[in-house]
Amino acid sequence: MSVGKSVARVDAIDKVTGRARYTDDLTDKGALVAKVLHSTIANGMVKSVDTSEAEKIKGVVKIVTCFDVPNYKFPTAGHPWSTDPHHQDVADRLLLNRRVRYYGDDVAAVVAENEVAAAQALRAIRVEYEEYPFVLDQVEAMQEGAPLLHEEFPNNILAHTGYENGNYEEALKEPGLIKFEGWYDTPTVQHCHIENAIYEAHMEGDRIVIIASTQIPHIIRRIVGQALGIPWGKVRVIKPYIGGGFGNKQDALYEPLCAYLCTQVGGRRVKLDVSREETFVSNRVRHAIRAHITTYVRPDGTFVARRLESFSKQGAYASHGHGINAKAAGAFGQIYRSAACKVDAYTVFTNTPAAGAMRGYGIPQITFCIESHVEDIARGLNMDSLALRRKNMMEVGYKDNFSKNENYFDSLNQCIEKGLAYMDYENKRREYANQTGPIRRGIGMAIFWYNTAVWPIALESSSCRMVLNQDGSVQLQMGETEIGQGADTAFAQMAAETLGIPFEDVHVVSSQDTDITPFGTGAYASRQTYVGGFAIQQTASMMKERILRYAHELTRMPVCNLDLKNGVILRTTDGRELLTLAELATEALYSLTNSQHITSESTYQIKTNAYSFGCSFAEVEVDIPLCKVRLLKIINVHDCGRLINPALAEAQVHGGMSMAIGYGLSEQLLFDEKTGRPLNNNLLDYKLSTFMDHPDLQAEFVENYEPTSAYGTKALGEPPACSGAPAIRNAVLQATGVSIDRAPLTPHVLFERFKEEGLI
Amino acid sequence: MYDINALYEANSVEQAVALRLEHPKAKIIAGGSDVLVQMREGKLAGSDLISIYMLDELRGVTLEGDGTIRIGSLTSFSHITKSPVIQAHINVLGEAVDMVGGPQVRNIGTIGGNTCNGVTSADSASTLMAYDAVIELTGPGGKRLVPIQEFYLKAGVVDLREGEIQTAILIRRESYEGYKGHYIKYAMRNAMDIATTGCSANVKLSEDKQTILDARIAYGVAGPVPMRAPSAEAAAKGQPVCAETVAAFGKAALDDVNPRTSWRASRELRLQLVEELAKRCLTEAIQRSGGDL
Repeated sequence: MSVGKSVARVDAIDKVTGRARYTDDLTDKGALVAKVLHSTIANGMVKSVDTSEAEKIKGVVKIVTCFDVPNYKFPTAGHPWSTDPHHQDVADRLLLNRRVRYYGDDVAAVVAENEVAAAQALRAIRVEYEEYPFVLDQVEAMQEGAPLLHEEFPNNILAHTGYENGNYEEALKEPGLIKFEGWYDTPTVQHCHIENAIYEAHMEGDRIVIIASTQIPHIIRRIVGQALGIPWGKVRVIKPYIGGGFGNKQDALYEPLCAYLCTQVGGRRVKLDVSREETFVSNRVRHAIRAHITTYVRPDGTFVARRLESFSKQGAYASHGHGINAKAAGAFGQIYRSAACKVDAYTVFTNTPAAGAMRGYGIPQITFCIESHVEDIARGLNMDSLALRRKNMMEVGYKDNFSKNENYFDSLNQCIEKGLAYMDYENKRREYANQTGPIRRGIGMAIFWYNTAVWPIALESSSCRMVLNQDGSVQLQMGETEIGQGADTAFAQMAAETLGIPFEDVHVVSSQDTDITPFGTGAYASRQTYVGGFAIQQTASMMKERILRYAHELTRMPVCNLDLKNGVILRTTDGRELLTLAELATEALYSLTNSQHITSESTYQIKTNAYSFGCSFAEVEVDIPLCKVRLLKIINVHDCGRLINPALAEAQVHGGMSMAIGYGLSEQLLFDEKTGRPLNNNLLDYKLSTFMDHPDLQAEFVENYEPTSAYGTKALGEPPACSGAPAIRNAVLQATGVSIDRAPLTPHVLFERFKEEGLI
Repeated sequence: MYDINALYEANSVEQAVALRLEHPKAKIIAGGSDVLVQMREGKLAGSDLISIYMLDELRGVTLEGDGTIRIGSLTSFSHITKSPVIQAHINVLGEAVDMVGGPQVRNIGTIGGNTCNGVTSADSASTLMAYDAVIELTGPGGKRLVPIQEFYLKAGVVDLREGEIQTAILIRRESYEGYKGHYIKYAMRNAMDIATTGCSANVKLSEDKQTILDARIAYGVAGPVPMRAPSAEAAAKGQPVCAETVAAFGKAALDDVNPRTSWRASRELRLQLVEELAKRCLTEAIQRSGGDL
């Protein structure tokens, strides 16, 4: 049995020895080099682009400006396409823009024989702009008279949704309720995957072939087709190993532009390698969400009426748009119960980099806001915050009418118990109460809500192909992608399990090629192990049935009495080993009487979803005079169902915790208020947390077998990033008595708050 | 791929000086951890470079006959940290440069480059300032010695004259003998960062460890160039080893500095740090000297 074992990654040796090939390894060394010229104003219109000096530079092959590109508006979000026009993503992009909407927008592109010539040409291009006023803040952008980014969206509101459970206005009339209210703010952060986005495009015949560092090759094929106004089948996308994505590469970034540029130089190979500085600004960022939360509480801590107004900073283009804030808003109403709950969620355009998908998709933002607020309520009631959570959090048996998700187990309490034990929480909580002095310690926690995949908002399906080799080994192909998370290994484990062959006998074809690979929408929404699992289970079962039917031909034993286990065909009635799969496979291919190429391929559409819960605990030491937080200890506990590969699951959690630590303490993309220019779009000035900023990262699990799942599993890709930041924030609150309502808790913020509170 | 117009490789100090005279606009490149970054950013794109990186005669730390510590300008940060001479006599410098960036930068980056860059945040600079280091420059007229405080002219500009290269950093016996120091790099994370404020202080205590005979303190990022805080030093010199002295030392430092508000940190936060770091550095330096606080 393969599932549940910490087998080594199928790509481990290739990756640690450097043999694994990424886009830059695959690009032709003779490829032309493309670079993009970005706008140096935050809002306005390009009046002219003078390329005359740039064109004189030796090695420059072609310069394309915003005046040259075709006028096909396209959407970039890496969502499954909807055939219903009302559910399609907003198409607000062009390959290059005359109407520029943020500092860093794409104005022109140079194709040159080498990088130096391309960079020199960029510096030699002169752009004349008509400047408009700009707005950086999402709440300011909604006000009357704010600069308008897109004419189709009055007040810059891309979308506003809301819901009301119960009757909020009536509920809050209950006598004796205590009102708590707060504003919470989360920052703009970036994914910071190690490998920046990179592409190479060339033409074969009248088709365009793109090698792309993407999470979503099949979706990219569609978007490139839309952007260039060509049939989607004229586009072939190849996705090799990639160095992370975290959602940034769940978007069409520069694939369409790279494809277009290659068509402008006769289909020659063009490489577009995005710099780190561009990655921060001209790719995607996480939506900064500001939330106003009001809660009416009985003196015993029972939540009665809850209200959320949330404002999500979209940036200049729609990308994934309102999906993020909508998911956050959904979490608000579910994670805690109350007689009434009223929610208004807005997503608002601003003159800042476009926000898209990023690990957690709104849940790290809203979890920071909710869990800060709950901690503040507990403090206000002089009540233990854990008891307050336990009193109000989603109950076992809760069922969501929209997703049909059900809370089958007492996952939250089970996760909390593990966290309490690891941290020695109760003792420390007592020990750290009422400290004085410059250096103080505190301990805090937070819970989170998550769901798996995108059903019922969008399509959930996956396709799988298996091919039997002469030696009984199997090639496994999935449309779902390996992006560093270990998906290929989990897929191979599930396939081996259902087929009944050794794990080593499953050869995963890691790379997706849209000409060859079965259709799948790719890595996002923590969906692949769950959704891909159904396709693997079904395809492997079909494959096994074919194998056993062929075994019947060879052994004359009835299929109902045959099984395949560990690569051997068995007679189930007495356990006799009849023949090996290798013997069968060889015979099947070379038989002079009944030759068969045994393969299997199928698509599985699911119409379920699954809750994934967990929590974080953090212990900190706060140096008050230096306004600094040192993280001493941290744990995440998850119920993501049955673990396919415990070691990989643990690694997944470690990565998410690292992101949460940066989110809570140091990471924030900053912009100049006067110009809209990004201030810290590099890895020195943007304070991504390092190993030196981490204590040991502890990951633990509760394994409640998910009843809707093919292998008992559910979301784990994104959940680890969701609850760490508020746990840290709440630990700082315990240490200092100071509530800090914005992430990250940098020394700048602590200094201001400690001053206000008279601590320094 | 870097946009380098021409690269001149020096094989000796004399040749480096000759190349400097021949190509006055060329930038000197040693380890390249600053120059290549600026070149990639476009600021130095298309420049001529004179590489002095192959000049092994400028590498290493030695103790000269008169007790002067001589640090060759091309000595890497990691070699300074591991140098027995540094560890024995001025360990705080080794600790300070061990906080530069990450391991790779500390292996390629040189102390000469760190000082010639003229930036206020350089991790070596405040400790060198606090130890009255002397910069040795070699030019067409031979060697010239400049106290480090005079070497820094203004932000990003040092007293490196026509044809000159920096060949060594010297620390005299009287500058280090009997002194113990401490450096705090205050940054937003614990690695791969530049200092928000850096503070290096050292003291010489009386034999009975009751009195501060001498105290010196220097800051990075408290002004446009690394700077000493003479008021703080005066407030501690001759004073008893006690908490009041430490507090007065921290307060007095505020009279000497003039940090500015930028997006990296507000003036107010930097002032808070200036006072607090002074106290902590002095306390640690006193304790390292055997004083009791």
